[in-house]
Amino acid sequence: MSNQAQLKKMIDIMARFVNFTAKKLPDDVIAKLQELSCKEDSQMAKIIYDTMFRNQKLALELNRPSCQDTGVLQFWVKCGTRFPLIDKLEELLKEAVVRATVTAPLRHNSVETFDEYNTGKNTGKGTPTIWWDIIPYSDKCEIYTYMAGGGCTLPGNATVLMPGEGYEGIVKFVLDRMTTYGLNACPPLLVGVGVGTSVEVAALNSKKALMRPVGSHNDNENAAKMEKLLEDGINAIGIGPQGMGGRYSVMGVNIENTARHPSAIGVAVNVGCWSHRRGHIVFDKDLSFIVDTHTGFEYQNEN
Amino acid sequence: MAVEMKDGKKILVTPIATEDLTNIHIGDIVYLTGDITTCRDVAHRRVVEEGKELPVDVRNAAILHAGPIIRSLGDEKYEIVSVGPTTSMRMEKFEYEFVEATGVRVIVGKGGMKENTERACKDFGTIHCVFPAGNAVVAAVEVEDVVEAQWKDLGMPETLWHCHVKEFGPLIVSIDTYGRNYFEEKKIEYNQKKDEQIEIISKQVGFIK
Repeated sequence: MSNQAQLKKMIDIMARFVNFTAKKLPDDVIAKLQELSCKEDSQMAKIIYDTMFRNQKLALELNRPSCQDTGVLQFWVKCGTRFPLIDKLEELLKEAVVRATVTAPLRHNSVETFDEYNTGKNTGKGTPTIWWDIIPYSDKCEIYTYMAGGGCTLPGNATVLMPGEGYEGIVKFVLDRMTTYGLNACPPLLVGVGVGTSVEVAALNSKKALMRPVGSHNDNENAAKMEKLLEDGINAIGIGPQGMGGRYSVMGVNIENTARHPSAIGVAVNVGCWSHRRGHIVFDKDLSFIVDTHTGFEYQNEN
Repeated sequence: MAVEMKDGKKILVTPIATEDLTNIHIGDIVYLTGDITTCRDVAHRRVVEEGKELPVDVRNAAILHAGPIIRSLGDEKYEIVSVGPTTSMRMEKFEYEFVEATGVRVIVGKGGMKENTERACKDFGTIHCVFPAGNAVVAAVEVEDVVEAQWKDLGMPETLWHCHVKEFGPLIVSIDTYGRNYFEEKKIEYNQKKDEQIEIISKQVGFIK
């Protein structure tokens, strides 16, 4: 396949995948929501969960985005230096977003700052957001897709604690956010916590934490322990679906961490709403691909 | 008769009088049949700050804090593709005077509201309800008809889309006509439990030794 044909194909696959993720939630999220709904005993919580499942069913049947806020698109790419389209990746992801905006259709969610106008295409200066990890010697390209809606973007917060505040300070920082902004962010939430040195490192870690599957654990024993403690603790607050009360508040807490300066503990919290529209697609050099987040994504080459 | 029971559902049918809402309390789940008009930031501002009359009569009917995705069918006909509630708190600042001026009976949105809306609900016999957010397709299919569009100069999200809905919901009552506020009462409970949990967890994360 010529480079031009490859480019065309990858734009097409990504546009369709983005379109698809607006309509169907990842398998791990659906399974967790079903599990949580079974554990609720109040009539209100049950009715809210029933509404969610009915909504997701209708979205697929009617081929419409399941939530009206289709977010601003964010991509975290882990791209091999030998992946044939590495030079074109940003350009092709942008084009895929423009295309999905029309075909899905996605809501227009990209407002140029300072000039304050909506571009109407979901692209603008720096949008869609693309974070790069370069993988030496690899010819593969791994892409996480995410629709960051307004409601669950608002609770995002980052700070740098003094070491004296310790991990206890992280606990307070995260829990304080849950009972204020968290209520309105469409619980049950997936909570991403990032730990490192400075704010942007912690913030990026917290976003990467949200890309991890629901129910996965940090490799570090203490970090995994803290994930569990925070999950149980936030559940015990009883926020419930939509913040209206229930036995469970979160789908999980994922922590991602990097080493820190001895004088600082950077911490960030980032949340995903119940409608956690994350996708994961891995391409090889011939553009054969695997989607491991979703069942049901079928692609037929238009050529 | 503005309150009907059907298959165990409590359905409010517009026009709704204050008296119809006396047996409705925070935490109740109701549905709405009849007239509801989308109404958000700028429309509130026009009514309250500029003293303009709302071009859709919402007296004894409902408003929805939302900005829908609409498909034009031509000839002033429209279809709602997707509609979900937006954060009600943005309208809190205007809501007392808005309810006073318009006589709206049911306000539907996302999340809680505060003192201004509590006072409005109590003084004028209105309720605020929450439509579970993220369920834009459920809400859209419960809209039977878009009756009219007013203030179209505001653009698609802010236009007043006057809709006929059938058993629109579930709507969870967050402020009732007695001025009780579900979210504010819940927050006291959540904050107490949060403080307890911070203490419990903090004892187990002393990783810096």
